[in-house]
Amino acid sequence: MASPLSVLITAEVNEGNLSPITLELLGSARDLAGKLGGQVGCALLGSGVADVAQQIIAHGADHVVVIDVPALQDYLSDTYTSVMETVVRQTDPEIVLMGHTSMGRDLGPRLAFRLGAGLATDCIELDIDNSSKQLLATRPVYGGNARATFATDTHPQMATVRSKAMTPLPPDPSRQGETVTLSTMPDLTVGLTLSDRVKEEVKGVKLEDAPVVLGGGRGLGGPEGFQQLDDLARALKGAVGATRAACDNGWWPASSQVGLTGKIVAPDLYIAIALSGSSQHMAGCSGSKTIIAINKDPEANIFKESQYGVVGDYRQVLPAFAKRVKDLLEK
Amino acid sequence: MPKLIVCAKQVPDPEAPPGSLKVDTSANKVVLPASISPVVNPYDEQAVEAALRLKDALGGSITVISLGNNLQRDVVKKPLSMGADELILLEDPAFEGGDAWSTVTALAAAIKKVGEFDLVICGRQAADWDAGQVGLGLAEMLGLPVISLAQKVEVMDGRVRVERVIPDGYEVIESSLPALITVSNELGEPRYATLKGIMAASKKQPAVWTPADVGLDASQVGEVGRKSKLVRLFQPTKEAHCEMIEGESVEEAGTLLADRLRTAKVI
Ligand SMILES: Cc1cc2nc3c(=O)[nH]c(=O)nc-3n(C[C@@H](O)[C@H](O)[C@H](O)COP(=O)(O)OP(=O)(O)OC[C@H]3O[C@@H](n4cnc5c(N)ncnc54)[C@H](O)[C@@H]3O)c2cc1C
Ligand SMILES: Cc1cc2nc3c(=O)[nH]c(=O)nc-3n(C[C@H](O)[C@H](O)[C@H](O)COP(=O)(O)OP(=O)(O)OC[C@H]3O[C@@H](n4cnc5c(N)ncnc54)[C@H](O)[C@@H]3O)c2cc1C
Repeated sequence: MASPLSVLITAEVNEGNLSPITLELLGSARDLAGKLGGQVGCALLGSGVADVAQQIIAHGADHVVVIDVPALQDYLSDTYTSVMETVVRQTDPEIVLMGHTSMGRDLGPRLAFRLGAGLATDCIELDIDNSSKQLLATRPVYGGNARATFATDTHPQMATVRSKAMTPLPPDPSRQGETVTLSTMPDLTVGLTLSDRVKEEVKGVKLEDAPVVLGGGRGLGGPEGFQQLDDLARALKGAVGATRAACDNGWWPASSQVGLTGKIVAPDLYIAIALSGSSQHMAGCSGSKTIIAINKDPEANIFKESQYGVVGDYRQVLPAFAKRVKDLLEK
Repeated sequence: MPKLIVCAKQVPDPEAPPGSLKVDTSANKVVLPASISPVVNPYDEQAVEAALRLKDALGGSITVISLGNNLQRDVVKKPLSMGADELILLEDPAFEGGDAWSTVTALAAAIKKVGEFDLVICGRQAADWDAGQVGLGLAEMLGLPVISLAQKVEVMDGRVRVERVIPDGYEVIESSLPALITVSNELGEPRYATLKGIMAASKKQPAVWTPADVGLDASQVGEVGRKSKLVRLFQPTKEAHCEMIEGESVEEAGTLLADRLRTAKVI
């Protein structure tokens, strides 16, 4: 490689498509590399994934390290950590970024401890310090009640990045980049065995992509309340999310939990119903364009996070609201 | 019979109302009002619960390790009153101001001192700094296989079988022992302490270890043992304004809310 590698990101591919987080990471990586005067690399791990390398280049990478082997079909902690360790040692980047996703939450800390690198997880802002040229990684702490900016003297410096926190670049199909492979492969025999994978069927719109999300909380009182939300969501071509309190009660699938330890959504409209607006829940939906709230407690924190609100029992407010929404949509 | 170790952290109650916590930006420190009391990190209570379920099924013993300063005995003893057997506190001014690296260094040394074990169980993340690093880092430092985000943990035939939460369901992963597991809230509610448990816990004295007790130099732990430095701690400012929609009745307010969204071109 001609100039040094400033930033290496780890790509994520889902059913043959690049995950949005990868494009977001590339956008951020270009910005950081620009400030450091170096290049952007991307590690592409998986099985049957080589096809997307060109797309990664179009979105901002200068080099793509492709490790396309059957053993990497599924994310497994051991294999991915070993391969990423090899990629980092071969490419010697100053900064390593990955998504704070199901994969990055597991891989990020393991890789950091294996490399002896300082890591900031779940970052929402990344910058380069003008004088030290170090990465400044900002992340919410205390459930979102405060923010902390970290730096590290280690090489490399590492961060995992929250979904939807960074902006992708528009693709440029004429961008040039190179595709490389690993000069030596690590041993991929593993101690862990993956024996089963149980997936919930998602009907309708995917929560993370839905333009409208209805969020239900403990105040719904049971699964019946969620049926009302689901009914309205259908009319709005939206999806239903829930607070942890509601998921822990089994009223709605845990895979639809929104928040710090659940899904991150950023729809045009988030309708918060009978949830208090805890900082941990808001961590997953505060990026929504408009938030509206229905809650019987005028002091509920959710009203501090919303643009429009109604104080009242959802059992009375919601049916009237839903009926009018459906009428308006039919017009 | 499995020997189990649980790492449990004391944190300020994360369910305290948003906004009650303040930051002293000149000192880069969090200022906690007296109304926020310390608790055992909720995920770590679930780690204790996972260990107790194994103990219920198979027998064995549970040792809990907590690192921190100003550890309130009635708080950190909660795992004992739930049914854990032993408590070790890593409590010394030298542990102050550490990061994930220095925390892992200290916990790993303590675990080695405890000796043989089958499973180390951690929470998925601490509710104060929300890093989610310590469990995975411990596994790396101790050279253990690790399975994160467990919703179910079973031990059989010298192996551990874990249901690991993934975005759209779960996967089943098995590992040899010893191993390290981090647990997620899908595991289910931790049990309450029983009166008998509380009585038993009150009689137990935790062991208190310093860096020297676990064979570490003070320069390897706390602030001096860090790999990452806190540059700035602050609170985001919010320009919140909520337009409250009212009507003759709450039903009417619901209707007017829909109308307002239409005029604002939101729907
Ligand atoms: C004054 C002060 C200064 C700080 N400065 C820095 C800094 O400069 N750089 C920096 O990166 N961080 C700093 N921190 C935060 C740092 O100490 C974090 O606690 C550390 O990074 C670990 O992250 P976490 O607490 O979120 O634990 P996580 O990694 O989220 O913890 C995961 C799991 O590990 C176990 N665990 C974690 N901690 C303990 C513990 N203490 N005892 C027992 N088990 C535990 C639990 O099972 C827990 O569920 C500072 C904190 C304070 C109070
Ligand atoms: C480390 C950590 C991570 C977490 N991660 C998440 C996360 O990812 N997502 C998440 O959601 N939570 C998370 N939590 C939990 C979070 O702290 C809160 O406990 C949770 O969000 C509360 O859910 P809730 O708002 O539904 O319940 P509550 O706080 O109990 O609020 C219920 C609300 O409903 C209102 N209400 C009651 N009845 C009615 C009615 N009939 N009509 C209208 N309103 C009514 C009440 O006024 C109240 O405001 C996390 C916590 C920790 C410590």
